Amino acid sequence: MHAVYPLVLGALLFAIGLYGVLARRNAIAVLMAIELLLNAVTLNLVSFSAILRDRYGMGQIFTLFIITIAAAETGLGLAIVLLVYRQRATADLGEQRALAEPVEPVTADELSPRNVEAEVAR
Amino acid sequence: MSILAASSTTATFVAPHVEFGKLSPMLIAFGTATLGILVEAFAPRKQRYGIQVGLALVGIAASFAAVLALAGTTASVVAQGSVAVDGTTLFLQGTILVISFVAFLVIAERKTDQNQDAFAAQGASVPGSAAERETTRRGWQTTEVYPLLMFSVGGMLLFPAANDLLTMFVALEALSLPLYLVCGLARHRRLLSQEAALKYFLLGAFSSAFFLYGAAMLYGYAGSVNLAVIAQHVAHPTAGSTLLYTGVALLGMGLLFKVGAAPFHMWTPDVYQGAPTPVTGFMAAATKIAAFGALVRVLDVGLGVNSAENVWRPVMQAVAIITMIVGGVLALTQRDIKRMLAYSAILNAGYLLIGVTSTTAQARAAVLFYLPVYGVAIIGAFAVVTLVRDAGGEATDLSRWAGLGRRAPIPAALLAVFLLAFAGIPFTSIFIGKFAIFQAALAAGSPDLVIVAVLASALAAFFYLRVVVVMFFSDPLPQGPTIAHPSIAVKTALAVAAFATVALGVAPSLLLHLANNSAGILAK
Repeated sequence: MHAVYPLVLGALLFAIGLYGVLARRNAIAVLMAIELLLNAVTLNLVSFSAILRDRYGMGQIFTLFIITIAAAETGLGLAIVLLVYRQRATADLGEQRALAEPVEPVTADELSPRNVEAEVAR
Repeated sequence: MSILAASSTTATFVAPHVEFGKLSPMLIAFGTATLGILVEAFAPRKQRYGIQVGLALVGIAASFAAVLALAGTTASVVAQGSVAVDGTTLFLQGTILVISFVAFLVIAERKTDQNQDAFAAQGASVPGSAAERETTRRGWQTTEVYPLLMFSVGGMLLFPAANDLLTMFVALEALSLPLYLVCGLARHRRLLSQEAALKYFLLGAFSSAFFLYGAAMLYGYAGSVNLAVIAQHVAHPTAGSTLLYTGVALLGMGLLFKVGAAPFHMWTPDVYQGAPTPVTGFMAAATKIAAFGALVRVLDVGLGVNSAENVWRPVMQAVAIITMIVGGVLALTQRDIKRMLAYSAILNAGYLLIGVTSTTAQARAAVLFYLPVYGVAIIGAFAVVTLVRDAGGEATDLSRWAGLGRRAPIPAALLAVFLLAFAGIPFTSIFIGKFAIFQAALAAGSPDLVIVAVLASALAAFFYLRVVVVMFFSDPLPQGPTIAHPSIAVKTALAVAAFATVALGVAPSLLLHLANNSAGILAK
């Protein structure tokens, strides 16, 4: 088996994950896509570890760390998604628009002393 | 080449030598966090708040004492090459600890809002539900935030010290994961807070995936994740540089996300606006310091060779320019003070990136000087924001701030000091910081960056001064926000921040000297 195959597979998995993160609207689906990204990385690390014949197996150790931390990360992520879902009955990322750039940007005029005075008079 | 023929020669296992003394600042921070979890499990609910706050403050102070004890020891790489304890590390760790101490004083505040802190009584309950009413009736309050934030402080101490990419990744996650959670725990405006947590988490996890892919590429290139080994391979290349450059680009994306540089800044305004304000102050100051420390270490220790520098420098310069333009221009259109301060944080990341791209020792010292003075000022600014309150929590809309200077001269004057410092008025600490960075950039031969930075500063002065004008030169609104009377802890925090901002502007030589001495020493 040629050494480049697992690396190409890793890159393809990463690309699929990237597409998932950017295109999916559901927070859970995005979370799954992020897992796919991490798995692509672990595949890369393990294959580099084998290709390089690393005496210390650094790639494999790194992989174990990633698996552990990814588990913690997913647990935390699911908790946050659940919290948002309970509150809004939707986990759609397109609906999360409470924080965004102001639709009508504040103008210098609006905040000028004279206008604030006018507001006070009203 | 067959990858199935795995290596048959396995190294004999030698017990690693760990220098616990040199790692003590981080160990104390993580130990305090673990103790905090035990307190949460065993201490009676009524006493938890006092114990947790005391424990966290003592832990930070002890960790700072450990940093002071280590100052002056020879720079070395400890724990089998994975943590570098040198002048830069200790300077940044000391800065992070001082800023965390001030931030914890503001986070622990309960006097401003009817004996409640900024956090939801129970993070998991839906606002307005029966469960929530019951918790409020019994007077239960969250104290988990203190151990969580201590874990974050531990991660921040490790992040700029990490000398290999694995340690750096673990530190990155240790500092980020608790922050994702704490962002979603605001008592008021829970909707915004939870949305901020969701956005921060998804984008943060996304960016750490990029960081990891970059680390994997660099491992494939150098056969090791140690920055010193990577530097050797960069200096004497044995293979093509495709893996190197892809790896550096991906790794850089992960780090620039944490720094909050454009075009990876999208999370910053949303998260800073939605998160509980005391936590926003902590994030804006401490996370940025830790992330810049890590960025400097990767670029200086791992990629400090001339051939590599010539590749990453133009890219980073472009990022610095885009960051300054985005931060300066978008801050103009904001009507929410927290969002405006978020864009100001992005703008300041741009100035710091100028210092990072000029790789001279002078520029390093300027960056080290800028980080603490910026951190102290932004924590002070957010602490003032926590005091201006409406029925529904903090009044963050700028139009509500009209005439605040007449109704509450002291908080308004303090905010004015911080904003004038951000605007770069002489005799403030940030003026000296900016001057040092611009001077270093000019000396390193990049006048174009300095021109953009000065233009961005002029733009920034407009929106900082606008807040000052609204506060002092407008009549107060009839039903304007009330000003909370904070406890002595917040008063101390504000006084320290304002004093440091002015004092370091008038007499900066002590900190400049310290930054100069610390900058040159990078253990490799």
